[in-house]
This record gives sequence, structure tokens and C-alpha cells, in this order.
Amino acid sequence: MSDAILQLNNVEAAYGAVKAIRGVSLEVQPGSIATVLGSNGAGKTTILKTISGILDPQKGSIQFKGEAIQKRDPAEIVRRGLVHVPEGREIFPLLTVRENLLMGAYTRPSSDKDEVAHDIEAVFGYFPILKERTSQPAGQLSGGQQQMLAISRALLAKPTLMLLDEPSLGLSPKLTKEIFEIIVRINRERGVTLLVVEQNAHIALQYADYGYVLEIGRIVMHDTCAVLREKDDIREFYLGVKQAGVRGERRWKKKKNWR
Amino acid sequence: MLQFLQLVVSGAAIGCIYALIALGFVLIYKATETVNFAQGDLMMVGGFVGLSFMSLLGLPFWIAFMLAIVAMAGLGMATERIVLRPLLGQPAFTVVMVTIGLGYLARGLVTMIPYWGTETHTLPVPYKDEVIWLGGEGTGLVISVEHLVIIVVTVLLVTSLYAFFRFTRLGIAMQATSQNQLAAFYMGIPVRRINMMIWGLSAAICGAAGLLLAPITFVHANMGFVGLKAFPAAVVGGFGSIPGALVGGLIIGIVESLAGFYLPEGIKDIAAYIVVLLMLVLKPNGLFGDNTTKKV
Ligand SMILES: Nc1ncnc2c1ncn2[C@@H]1O[C@H](COP(=O)(O)OP(=O)(O)O)[C@@H](O)[C@H]1O
Ligand SMILES: [Mg+2]
Repeated sequence: MSDAILQLNNVEAAYGAVKAIRGVSLEVQPGSIATVLGSNGAGKTTILKTISGILDPQKGSIQFKGEAIQKRDPAEIVRRGLVHVPEGREIFPLLTVRENLLMGAYTRPSSDKDEVAHDIEAVFGYFPILKERTSQPAGQLSGGQQQMLAISRALLAKPTLMLLDEPSLGLSPKLTKEIFEIIVRINRERGVTLLVVEQNAHIALQYADYGYVLEIGRIVMHDTCAVLREKDDIREFYLGVKQAGVRGERRWKKKKNWR
Repeated sequence: MLQFLQLVVSGAAIGCIYALIALGFVLIYKATETVNFAQGDLMMVGGFVGLSFMSLLGLPFWIAFMLAIVAMAGLGMATERIVLRPLLGQPAFTVVMVTIGLGYLARGLVTMIPYWGTETHTLPVPYKDEVIWLGGEGTGLVISVEHLVIIVVTVLLVTSLYAFFRFTRLGIAMQATSQNQLAAFYMGIPVRRINMMIWGLSAAICGAAGLLLAPITFVHANMGFVGLKAFPAAVVGGFGSIPGALVGGLIIGIVESLAGFYLPEGIKDIAAYIVVLLMLVLKPNGLFGDNTTKKV
């Protein structure tokens, strides 16, 4: 038994006949920030959906705090302390900011009312802009603010592990940096373990502790982010650093470059 | 002038019925993106259930009214659980056809039940045929208590529903589920149970409409066809909100009532549809329609 808070063993998941992830194994240590890097369609979202119970795996096991959670109801998984911040924010557009946050706390008992009110104030500490917008419909927020709301809403469920699906999507580099800095603060100050999946390897490798590289549904490489940052393949394919003369061994097929 | 006011009041009363059924349409549509064409028939069943509580069990009207609403909520939830939920993931067209089928089924079954049958029944409400004079007996505005009860109860119902959706955790969760079902799922909101409760709520509201309408139209297997007027009411209101359904219902009811008196014979029956056509041309999203597109 390892002491990882989250452990995936040989997980496979598919949409009908389309296999999206194959034999994925990974571990997240308690209190750390782990990241899964991969380009569009690699299967990052699928991994997160499988963990949070939105999608049932065809094979493999998922352990959270030492207990198997695969094929469980998403609501039960949230109650156990594992929350998923979905790709594209997915806020409730016509509810106010405050109502959105209350919905994040839906799985908590209604006797928690005072504590929930207190926790709302606490997340406003991380994202003061949301406090100014408490009574505004969430659909009127900017993309960055909606991302902040989605993260805050998930925090209201009192998670021990939070899954973040491409928090940088559609945001400016400056805003992305801001959000990642707050994510790190949440990790340090509240002890929330994080699993962040990203296309933006540059930012993810900068802030995460441990990283996995996903290609077409398979994990092809994993190491600490400090090591990954220095690998030639990563530098060339994921960080867009051109290195003349250095061909190096390729662990996977050459593919289109992107930044 | 008096004549005009008279027509507005009676139109508003019928409009309230349209509004309640429209509200039933809107709740289910927002939550599940399905139009339940059996809504009018739920209203009819509500009428029969209330009638049975009064005539067979001898309960007083208001108690029968409450019990019938509870029974209708149960029926609505059972319908969702047994008939609609297994269809999850099927095309919207299939689901709509099933609700149309449910309507036929309800009308057919009702005529087979011994006491209910094909006859027309009178609901023995305590305020039958009573009137109130406003501005002097014989000279002022005469309001039938049947109409007054419809308007008052509708206002109470709509206000409490509004408060429920606005201020309670469950009500907000129902809105959340309607707005973004996927996100509700992610937050651990029990989406399926919530959809079932919305069907219950919708059926209960239609049951109330049936019992309010019964003193005017009597209770019979085809009384649910007023649902055909509630649909235009929902469209006029923008098919999206509680105030929209209420205003839509009132507009259709009042226009119909005025058209029936001032315009040539026959216009009354098509007035609702003329209003809808005009509305669709002038303001395609309806009066209270929002432009935010729903995700997922
Ligand atoms: N709902 C779906 N139905 C069918 N195929 C899907 C669906 N969602 C994703 N896929 C496929 O699964 C693979 C992985 O997708 P996804 O996990 O969304 O990748 P990523 O999040 O890394 O962009 C892709 O090939 C994608 O086309
Ligand atoms: Mg994705």
C-alpha cells in the first residue's frame, strides 16, 4: 500500500467504441500539486471524469484515501472530499455568484449553514473580485472571473483533493499566472491536494511538483517537474524551445509543435 | 367601460389557469428540455382526484384541494421515475411523443374508472355561483367568487413558488440543475432526484389548476384541452420564467375574453394563436425570454 492520496491503476475508459485512455496509472501524494500534460484530445479530461465518477472506467482501479471509488456516484465522491473543476468553468449562468458558491456546498449538511457562510468569506479572501460581484448573475462575469468562481465553488465542498481541468483555457498569460499563484496558495494554506491537467505545459511545470505526460491516451513519461522541465523532448515539444543539433532519443512519435 | 372591466376580470381568471399550466410546461422544459404535452391531462386528473376526495370520501373542499395536490405531486414523480427516466438519452422527439401518448392514456383510463367515466361532474365547491359586487349592488362590477378564488390562489401559489426558487437551497438547486445539468452533477447535486421533484411540482401545480377551473367548466375527461391554450401562454411569456408564464397566461386569457365579446364569432377560439404569431414576429424570444443559451 502506498501512501498516495489518489492512485490510478491501469485505468481504461472509452466513449462507446472510442477508447480514450489506455492503461493509465498515476499517483498523487497528499499535499502536493500533480499535473498531467497533454495536447488536445490526449485524454486529460477523460482521466478526470473517470476519477470523479462522471464516467465509469472499463478496466482498472481508482483509490482515493485508500478506498476504491471507481464506478461510484459522483455525489458520493464529492462527499468523500474529491471535487472536480470542469473544463470550460461550467458555472450556473443565471444564478448569482453567491448562489453558485452555495451550490458548491450542496453535499454538506444543511446544519453547516454558518460554517458555509464563513467559508464563502474565506474564498473571497483568495478572489476579492468575486466579493464585489456577489449578487451579480455569474454569466455576466469575464472568463477569468468565471474560472475563479468555478475554483471557489469547488472549494465550498471542503475538498481534500481538487481536480482542475485546464484552468488556463482561454485566459491571458497574465491572468493564467495569477490563477496559478492562487492555486498554489490554496494548496499551501489549506492543504488541498491538487491534480491539474493542462495543455499549457509551460505554466503547469512551473507551479506543479510532479508531472505526467499523456499522449493519445497513454502516460509516456513522468517525473518531478524540475526534471521534466530540463528534458529535451519536453523542451522541444511542450515548451516550444528549439534546440539546434540536439536530436536526442525520442520516446514517442514526433508530432506537431504548439505553445 | 364597466363591460370592459367585467371582461378583463373574467379573462384574467381564465388567464390564471393558463398561467398555472404554462408554469407546469416551463418547469419541466427548463429542467429536462422536454415539452410535456400531457400537462393539460394532468390537470384533468387533478380535477377527478379532488372530486373523488370530496364526493367519495366526503372531505371538505379545501382539504380535498390540498390532498389532491399532494396526490398529483406523487403521480408526477412516479411518471418521471417510471416512464421518463428510462428514456434518458433518447432524442427529444421520442420523449415528446411519449408525453403525447401519456395524455391519450390518461384520457382513456379516466373514462374506464367506474365513478369517473365519460360523464361531466360538478365539483361541489362551497362558493358555487356566489358573486361579489364592487361599487354598488346591481350597478357596479360583478365578480364571481369562482373567478376571484382562481386569481387569489394563483397569486398565492406563484408568490410562494417564486420565494421557493429564490430563497431555498432546494429551489436554487432546481434552478442550477436547469441551467447547467452537467455542472450540477459535478457539484454532487442529485440531478435525477431533482428532475423527479420538478415533475412532481409541475403536476401538483396542474392539479391545483384543475381544481380551480372545475367549478367553471365541470370535471370531465376532456377538460385538459385548455392545455392547448396554456402552450401559447408559455410561448408569449418566453418559455423560461415564472413571471413570464403568469404574464403570458394573463395576456392570452384577457385577449380571448375581449375578442369573444367585441369581435365576430369564432375569433375567440383562435385569438390565443393570433397573439402567439404576433409575438413570434415582433419578439421571437417572448416577453421574458432570455438570450443566454443553455449548455449541455
Ligand atoms: N463525449 C465524447 N464522445 C466521444 N468521444 C469523445 C468524447 N469526449 C472525448 N472523446 C474522445 O476521447 C479522446 C480524449 O478526449 P479528452 O479526454 O476530452 O481529451 P483532452 O481533454 O486531453 O483534450 C479524444 O479522442 C476525443 O475525441
Ligand atoms: Mg479536455
